[in-house]
Amino acid sequence: MPPNFEDLRALSIRRWQGLSQGDKPWIRVGTALCGKAAGADRVIAALTSELEQRNVGATISEVGCLGPCYAEPLVDVVTPRGPRVVYGGVTPEQVPEIFDSHIVNGKPVAAYALGTLGDDRSDDIPRLADHPMMKAQHRIALRNAGHVDPCDIRQYIANDGYAALYRALTEMTPDQVREEVSKSGLRGRGGAAFPTGTKWNFLAGAKDPVKYILVNCEEGDPGAFNDKGILESDPHSLIEGVILAGYATGATMGYVFIRHGHDGPIDRTWCAIDQARELGILGQNILGSSFSFDIEVALTGDSYVAGEETALMESIEGKRAMPRYRPPFPAQVGLFGKPSNINNVKTLAYVPQIVLRGSDWFAGIGRERSTGTAILCLSGDLTYTGMAEVPMGMTLRQVVDDLAGGVPGGKKLKLLQTGGPLGGVLSSDDLDIPLDFDAMAQTGAIMGSGGIIAASEESCVVDLTRVLIAFCQYESCGKCFPCRTGMTHLLEVLERICRLEGRSGDLELMRTVGQNMQAGSLCGHGQLGFNPVSSALRYFREEFEQHLRDKTCAAGKCPSPWYSPDGARR
Amino acid sequence: MTSTAESLRQRVNRALNSQKPKTITVLSCLLAVEDELGYIPQEAAEEVARFTDSTINDVWGVASFYTNFQFQPPGRHRVEVCWGPTCHVLGAMDAIGEVLKSLDLSGEGTTDDGAISLRYNTCLGACANGPVMSVDHHLIGRITPERAAQIVGELKERQTVGGPGAP
Ligand SMILES: Cc1cc2nc3c(=O)[nH]c(=O)nc-3n(C[C@H](O)[C@H](O)[C@H](O)COP(=O)(O)O)c2cc1C
Ligand code: SF4
Ligand code: FES
Repeated sequence: MPPNFEDLRALSIRRWQGLSQGDKPWIRVGTALCGKAAGADRVIAALTSELEQRNVGATISEVGCLGPCYAEPLVDVVTPRGPRVVYGGVTPEQVPEIFDSHIVNGKPVAAYALGTLGDDRSDDIPRLADHPMMKAQHRIALRNAGHVDPCDIRQYIANDGYAALYRALTEMTPDQVREEVSKSGLRGRGGAAFPTGTKWNFLAGAKDPVKYILVNCEEGDPGAFNDKGILESDPHSLIEGVILAGYATGATMGYVFIRHGHDGPIDRTWCAIDQARELGILGQNILGSSFSFDIEVALTGDSYVAGEETALMESIEGKRAMPRYRPPFPAQVGLFGKPSNINNVKTLAYVPQIVLRGSDWFAGIGRERSTGTAILCLSGDLTYTGMAEVPMGMTLRQVVDDLAGGVPGGKKLKLLQTGGPLGGVLSSDDLDIPLDFDAMAQTGAIMGSGGIIAASEESCVVDLTRVLIAFCQYESCGKCFPCRTGMTHLLEVLERICRLEGRSGDLELMRTVGQNMQAGSLCGHGQLGFNPVSSALRYFREEFEQHLRDKTCAAGKCPSPWYSPDGARR
Repeated sequence: MTSTAESLRQRVNRALNSQKPKTITVLSCLLAVEDELGYIPQEAAEEVARFTDSTINDVWGVASFYTNFQFQPPGRHRVEVCWGPTCHVLGAMDAIGEVLKSLDLSGEGTTDDGAISLRYNTCLGACANGPVMSVDHHLIGRITPERAAQIVGELKERQTVGGPGAP
């Protein structure tokens, strides 16, 4: 018997209300990578032991990332009467007090609180919505992050989850779904910013009974954690997006491609897949319709280039992750020789809301050719680091000064490094650039996957360029020699400049190597791999010259300790 | 065939047979073995080749590409330090220096007593709380050189005084 979605939703909403406004306290602890790194496990242990000792009826749930990672571990407490309060930087030592005062007696501990959530007010605790990092946000893909238990499909369903899929299966043809996605202006969030609807049309046009939707969560770019963040926080939003993509293109199977070792994102994705299957949302005849589709997780080893779309297919096939020649394009000959479509996690996580609320709604957010939101990973020398979703069009200066609270300790910002290791740097004097795929690309920096690394005046741009090129060198897959030897050559030169042993002509030498890489490389890794150097030279040429000419480092950093892994791929 | 080699093969085969995905490949098998043993011995390469109907050459070809695979037994504890750009900007190199000193290593590798293996990682995914290191896959954020040395020091201590981490 087909499951009745309306009944499922009604039941889920009742359960959600019971939990969030019921007669027992509900304690949510963020255990995404950021929470874990800040010690969330010890906080959970302390909470659990209090709960057992005092025999209090309360529910403890592990949730994902609310966004202000700098303030992890975050503990979010809601009691039957009284406001919902998020505590920040919680230590196991603070837990007994929070327990006594708030969980048992309903009186929040203002001293440890970061803010209140929801409509509730408190006299001595500010609203989290007024926090600089939260104020400017418009959360679409992150709307449930930190709020729902990622391993409970019913909490997702209670918050509009799978309603878009239900609508698509009952009221829309695949063509209509693709039409909505096209009209929304959605562009890929994995780096190349390709229009998603157009890509889906390619796959829909391929005539083959077996077709694949591949989800790219390789996310090997240092400084990026929002794809893993979505999988840890709200994996069902991705799963629903993948099923919709499958329906819209006539695909039969989806793979979520994740780097091994990140147990949080991996386990939570599997859990979401299993739960969806149990409820008839995945598998044969989804929600009683004639559409069948399944998803599994495909793990990859450590390789940044495995995130390149054709290398990704090689990796799922179990081979060395080396990019393929194109054509044929993936939509013709892809994974296991079958037509395939590759999208980033964020791209697909938007799709349910686009289908549910309509393309006009999404297109109305952000900028004309960069619609919707940007999901940023803020890290480095910033006061408020973490994950934030803001409308496209916000300027980088607003991101740094307002959203991220500037550089801590009264220091000045020197530069931003955006878009991952193949992106570029921007000087702090040039931050009046809007978050916009095309405007960012013009500056030499790119949006990439949304990573923004800030460096203060105390850092040296040559030293930072060295670490970026060391990464690119370490990760070159080795298939084409302009990239393989070019990266090694660039690294050698940068290493000697950082040791203050650079030679005259080194900058010209790097440019020649960079031009060769750009001209003679098969994939984006080699084609864009000179970006860190060229963008640094564009804004900070004088600093390079100083290292070379005067053998001095204005930031006082070089020469500095330098440890890096053995370079070449074996 | 010695009995240890047999039990190694048994462990490998258990890992190969209990993979969750339906799509089984050379890579998925290697990752399963690494989870089980922490490295890829010759015996495992042979079993993976048999299991996937490929050659040992194919298996080594894949294993040698992905930088996570190790071919020597790892130390009893695994320490990773991130050298990605965010952590670098926040001072990771100084922390790495202290860790190396404390372990008496000059780079990635395993201490002479086989207790601790050190690896550099390109990004541990917790950049917002950098610099980041991990001990036996538990992340630790906002490390300072002193804190990093202390963490590694405590790990060494546990090895010698028979604490929870001792063999
Ligand atoms: C070296 C290299 C690494 C890449 N890594 C990733 C990655 O980790 N995640 C990702 O989504 N895209 C990555 N890409 C981009 C993908 O090739 C592809 O454009 C993207 O996954 C398409 O999804 P989208 O259309 O939703 O953006 C990488 C590209 C290159 C050249
Ligand atoms: S450009 Fe570099 S990473 Fe890309 S295929 Fe060539 S060698 Fe490999
Ligand atoms: S750069 Fe160090 S954790 Fe990401």
